[in-house]
Amino acid sequence: MDITDLRIISTVGALVTFIGIMIWAWSGRNKKDFDEAARLPLEGDEE
Amino acid sequence: MSANNIETFYDDWAIRRFTVMAVVWGVVGMLVGVIVAAQLAFPELNLGLPWTSFGRLRPLHTNAVIFAFGGSALFATSYYVVQRTSQVSLAFPTLARLTFWGYQAVIVLAAITLPLGYTSGKEYAELEWPIDLLLTVVWVMYALVFFGTVANRKIKHIYVANWFYGAFIIVVAILHLVNSAAVPSEWFRSYSAYSGAQDAMIQWWYGHNAVGFFLTAAFLGMMYYFVPKQAQRPVYSYRLSIVHFWGLIFTYMWAGPHHLHYTALPDWTQSLGMVLSLILLAPSWGGMINGMMTMSGAWHKLRDDPVLRFMIVSLSFYGMSTFEGPMMAIKTVNALSHYTDWTVGHVHSGALGWVGFVSMGSLYYLTPRLWGMKQMYSVKAIEWHFWLATIGVVLYISAMWISGVTAGLMWRAINEDGTLTYTFVESVKAMHPFYVIRMVGGLMYVSGMVIMLWNVIKTVQSGQAAEAKIPAVTAHA
Repeated sequence: MDITDLRIISTVGALVTFIGIMIWAWSGRNKKDFDEAARLPLEGDEE
Repeated sequence: MSANNIETFYDDWAIRRFTVMAVVWGVVGMLVGVIVAAQLAFPELNLGLPWTSFGRLRPLHTNAVIFAFGGSALFATSYYVVQRTSQVSLAFPTLARLTFWGYQAVIVLAAITLPLGYTSGKEYAELEWPIDLLLTVVWVMYALVFFGTVANRKIKHIYVANWFYGAFIIVVAILHLVNSAAVPSEWFRSYSAYSGAQDAMIQWWYGHNAVGFFLTAAFLGMMYYFVPKQAQRPVYSYRLSIVHFWGLIFTYMWAGPHHLHYTALPDWTQSLGMVLSLILLAPSWGGMINGMMTMSGAWHKLRDDPVLRFMIVSLSFYGMSTFEGPMMAIKTVNALSHYTDWTVGHVHSGALGWVGFVSMGSLYYLTPRLWGMKQMYSVKAIEWHFWLATIGVVLYISAMWISGVTAGLMWRAINEDGTLTYTFVESVKAMHPFYVIRMVGGLMYVSGMVIMLWNVIKTVQSGQAAEAKIPAVTAHA
């Protein structure tokens, strides 16, 4: 295995990771957590 | 974590100071910008002195606006946001204070050494090695405070704004260490550790990621907190914000070569930089739309809230310059735009329009709250600032577009016998009126900033440093 193989592996690996993140972000089971997280700025101080 | 109830207040000491200094450095840096703009239109203003010549004042301008104004605004907002979204006081309060004094020391040293002519000659990384070392120490302290606070958080989820700020802190550390690597020969003189095309590539890997992570990711952290806060509604799509973040992270790193089209850089590297720059349009616009749509159902608030208007106009400029950037990265377009004022116009639509406006909006949000006031001393003055700044930016960038495209077309115009149609000085003459218009635009922009400084001073004087309580009951998670 030479440096070019490493480059191919890291590039493809990065792409697969990113697609994985997309799927994770859009999977339905995270919806509730995300909705709660989105409200964080509105709850951090007393106004 | 939960047992510790002693810390019931947020630690805003450094935030107050960084907030005021951001505005002060904003005025200083933009004023130097107007001076160098005037020098380009009227070269006599170089005064025949080395210390006041364009070559020395220009890096002073860029360092002052990016690192002194932008940097101070980022320290202030990141310390504010990380505490509020983690519902915990800053970790290492002493280090937080030291980051303030350390960072201000770096700025003052830059303001002294650059006019004296001490420079490493690397764009946006001109400071010589002793100052680079000081900045490294400050940055390590900053990382400790920020990530220490994240680690102490009372909320399970790390809010997306902190991801952006965190990426900014980590990437800027890497960029700074790699690009500033040099062999010192004496105090305030050193030689780059790299040479030739590698040196150029590392410089623009640094340069474009400074745009990507200092001027974009970090200010997006600001956007993801202060736009929802000012609009009083959560961000439009949280999942889109996650994809926005990772999209930028995976793509920005590759875009640097577009600064070196048609140079000694290998052709494949140029093409790679071009393609990845084009891909960048997708996450950038996703994020822009996410910020804009946060306003849906609340658009009427823009009518009488100038602070919100600053933020939304900043997003428009973010969208505009992240469309223009990929387009200019296309090699054939770059063949026309490179080395012309189009580049300068592009940078300023991002810097004045996006970075400037989102910082001003966020600082207008912060200032009254930090000093226990309901709103800024004068809301009318914010209106004035908004319109002066908006007209100033529009004048600036349209002047640079016309000047740049004109010069680019003149440089490539060829007669039938193959000789150049225009001499270089003819293109300079064609650019001159637009240099004057640019100066006027810059003058309007800095005038708005002076009004802001007055307004901030008045607000600070009429209020007093207010201790902000950490909410007693954690709502969820």
